[in-house]
Amino acid sequence: MPTRRQFIKAGLLGGAALAAAGLFWSRGLKEAPGGAVPPGLTLSQRSIVAALAPAILAGALPASGEARRLAVARTVDGVGVAIAGLSAAAQKELGELFALLGFAPARVLLARLWPDWEAATPAQVAAFLQGWRFSRFALLRSAYAGLHDLVLGAWYGNPDAWEAIGYPGPPEMP
Amino acid sequence: MTIRDPILEGIGAGWQVIDASKLEADRELEADVAIVGSGAGGGIAAEILTKAGLKVVVVEEGPLKSSTDFRMRESDAYPQLYQESAARKTKDKAINVLQGRCVGGSTTVNWTSSFRTPPTTLAHWQREYGLKELSVEALAPWFDAVERRLNIRYWDVSPNENNALLRQAGWALGVPVAPMRRNVKGCWNLGYCGMGCPTNAKQSMLVTTLPAALAGGATLVHHLRAERLALRGGRAEALEGTAMQAAGIQPLPYRLRIRARHFVLAAGAIGTPALLLRSHAPDPQRLLGRRTFLHPTTVAAALMGHAVKGYAGAPQAIYSDHFLDSVPVGGPIGYKLEVPPIHPVLFATTLHGYGEMHRNLMAEFANTHAMLALLRDGFHPDSPGGSVQLRDDGTPLLDYPITDFVWDGVRRSWLTMAELQFAAGARRVYIVHEQCGGYASLAAAQAGIAQLPLQPQLARVVSAHVMGGCGMAADERRGVTDVWGRYRQLGNVTVCDGSLFPTSIGANPQQSVYGLAARNASRLAEELTARPAPALA
Repeated sequence: MPTRRQFIKAGLLGGAALAAAGLFWSRGLKEAPGGAVPPGLTLSQRSIVAALAPAILAGALPASGEARRLAVARTVDGVGVAIAGLSAAAQKELGELFALLGFAPARVLLARLWPDWEAATPAQVAAFLQGWRFSRFALLRSAYAGLHDLVLGAWYGNPDAWEAIGYPGPPEMP
Repeated sequence: MTIRDPILEGIGAGWQVIDASKLEADRELEADVAIVGSGAGGGIAAEILTKAGLKVVVVEEGPLKSSTDFRMRESDAYPQLYQESAARKTKDKAINVLQGRCVGGSTTVNWTSSFRTPPTTLAHWQREYGLKELSVEALAPWFDAVERRLNIRYWDVSPNENNALLRQAGWALGVPVAPMRRNVKGCWNLGYCGMGCPTNAKQSMLVTTLPAALAGGATLVHHLRAERLALRGGRAEALEGTAMQAAGIQPLPYRLRIRARHFVLAAGAIGTPALLLRSHAPDPQRLLGRRTFLHPTTVAAALMGHAVKGYAGAPQAIYSDHFLDSVPVGGPIGYKLEVPPIHPVLFATTLHGYGEMHRNLMAEFANTHAMLALLRDGFHPDSPGGSVQLRDDGTPLLDYPITDFVWDGVRRSWLTMAELQFAAGARRVYIVHEQCGGYASLAAAQAGIAQLPLQPQLARVVSAHVMGGCGMAADERRGVTDVWGRYRQLGNVTVCDGSLFPTSIGANPQQSVYGLAARNASRLAEELTARPAPALA
């Protein structure tokens, strides 16, 4: 079990990174050209989710090409819709998490991910996920769990994913 | 055949329904009784109090959705019908809580499992909390009445394969199993109870007591967040509500104020204590919002090698109380065994891991059996439950630290479920824990489970039952409410939901809420009208 001191350390580190990331967060919001981005996700957030999806959905996404690109884009849209449906408090927390992940020093220090999200390979992203999944800090484990639920929920909530798992979908009603 | 929608018909017939998301100015209403919450407690109270001739207003934070809207899709149902999009979490995010937020409350989305409050639970309440009046015999007429009203009876259709496997496992190991009772009428056995019943077969509050109350002249206000009770001189004068935007996330700048003689609180075991906390209700013993229970629930998935189709058919039909009945109620934590419905989003998000491992398990989706163990919390000093707190924005947050006492039960429940699943013919068993890569034999499972670290987030713990926080007790030092649900420090406030329970129930709680609500609302009707209360059924 992590000690109390380790929790505090993670909290301080997280807090400092969050404060710094906040500056970039407001800039991130401005990146979105008017109307081009669905409500909920900024361009920066979209690029993070687009990098997470191929790692979390490895084996489930189409292997390559246009089909893969579309499937990732659809999943990113689905995550945006899911976040927009969460409580205001949860949306704020996720906003902070994405701000943290989008802030290069925090990405390197906390996520141990050197390349930026667009350049990261699925293997590098998977290593980041694995690190947080088994982190000694509960905060990072819960952040992993949140990303896990968002991406998998968006993917399997979409009827396009059902055939591959043998789910016929809900019955037709008269 | 077209399915009738009793809500749309009722609105067409002139029911008094106010959609607060459409308010364009502040508004005020007057009533004899304002009921906060339209779920199991609020629904029952609404029918009884309306039939008693009282002017009733029911307030609901969530939307009014009905069978026409229920399309059996998780992507619709979770954001529309559940608290926080079915992603409500405890403070440390270790437990995901499924709770309804819509007209009908959790009864609109529950899995219809119906149990009277277990005798062992009532005996514990009598002994530990002095609730002498809550005996099996004294409550029997109330449970009889709600069983008639909501058509609660044994489900005599063959259980689906997911449930049949629990039965088969029990038979194989000599673990007693039993069929459940369900509150359904003309059930199509579709399996989508958790997304709102598309055929109106489920006898939820949405299609029973609320229509009865509305037809009797009650008013329903939905999309209204009950912000606070205006208190003066030991009484509540008004309920102040905030209108919510149509999507239900952000507030609108409009208030709706309800002045009433009496207030019935039925916002659920997180919502009701939170409303009282926001109202600064007197709480001299500092008990309000404390002792909140969840039936912390563990999950095991089994690959069967044949079709299980856990998405089809009544979600819950078979259960076992063996691991409750075979342990002393005040001893190490016991658990009830059930199975969940298996739908893509619920299953994929509950299942641990990601990437190829996760995908390979999802490929077995239709061949997977899943089992649940619901831990009976609150019966031991080392199981004090959680506490409801308020965030800066006034919304509630449940802090529920999982104690070592509960963790002990978590590990035992994993061992039990793995043993049962292998006895039912499982080829491979997965405990939902980040470090579990699956076990091919019981011996491997026993060895592996013994090593799984008991840590938040690593072990997946979920809940669909929130109870306590305004616990009843005979002694005012032990409970903020008395045995009739009356909030001790406020002369005209009655709590009428699962927050009354001084411990968890040890069974799916809906019928316990119905029975107590019927009893307490009937008493309240008599007090307010000075006439005998009308019979519920």
